[in-house]
Amino acid sequence: MRTECFEALAAHRAAGRSCALVTRLADGAQALVAPDGASGELAPTAEQLAEIAGLLAAGTSAPLASDAGLFVRSYVAAPRLLVVGAVHIAQFLAAMARMAGYEVTVIDPRRAFASADRFPGVTLTDEWPDEALARLAPDARTAVVTLAHDPKLDDPALAAALRSPAFYVGALGSRRTHARRIERLAAEGLADLLGRIHAPVGLDLGGRSPAEIAVSVLAQVIQVRHRGAP
Amino acid sequence: MATELDEIFDRIAAWRREGTGVALATVVRTWGSSPRPAGSHLAVAETGAFVGSVSGGCIEGAVIGEAQAAIADGRPRLLEFGVSDEQAWAVGLACGGRVQVLVERVG
Repeated sequence: MRTECFEALAAHRAAGRSCALVTRLADGAQALVAPDGASGELAPTAEQLAEIAGLLAAGTSAPLASDAGLFVRSYVAAPRLLVVGAVHIAQFLAAMARMAGYEVTVIDPRRAFASADRFPGVTLTDEWPDEALARLAPDARTAVVTLAHDPKLDDPALAAALRSPAFYVGALGSRRTHARRIERLAAEGLADLLGRIHAPVGLDLGGRSPAEIAVSVLAQVIQVRHRGAP
Repeated sequence: MATELDEIFDRIAAWRREGTGVALATVVRTWGSSPRPAGSHLAVAETGAFVGSVSGGCIEGAVIGEAQAAIADGRPRLLEFGVSDEQAWAVGLACGGRVQVLVERVG
């Protein structure tokens, strides 16, 4: 890989832009295909560029179907996890989700909770959840989990998440808590969307400690991302 | 703590800043039950230090050796690993899959 190719690739990744590296396996010649065009030693045809765009959109790395001698490595932005409530479970969930490749943001306007001491190296915001979600605009690569256990924080976040294309929406709370939550959100005109909320949140692993609950939540996020909602 | 891919790119950049030669290995094709999907990276420094993975650990030793050779001569290599043959102590995949790995020098 030529120096200019590595540096361009690193710059696209650092800027959060998707790009594809195309390599001719016979001799290692390469082209970098980015939204602003292709550069490098190879000049993919229009048909090949269309196939590369399809692989990139799906986040798939594979040889081209039309020419198995060309390997396409898709580099796409990491999935995101937005956690509402900088509570004890969130401390474990943020760390574990980062290990699993998620870009994590923890949202809590209570600064004593959302402190850098409690969340070393994690992106924190003390915005109100509805403001934070409006700014962060959950997309189809985003999961939203509410853990605050306080309707003032959780409900606005859930309302915003349900109206977004987020691939996963989960809410901590018992069945009774969730039943009351459903009533409140239905009163806000969200009745048709409430089935999207995973609650009680997480896979039923039987654990009760904050770390064990974090494992069950992350496991469910991963399951829904790869297998779809059950 | 960064994601796996961030860590790989950061380490390559750091090695290059130090003037250390680097090679990147990439899984380009898999058959059967292989441990890491196409696109998985293993970055190797000329010192033999490495980050990432292209298998469950079974072929990394051989890939690191080829990566150091690629750093030395600059030629990319396309390697293929199949089922391990315990009699011959050959490098292979215990899971019974087959993988093709591209190894290229960076820079």
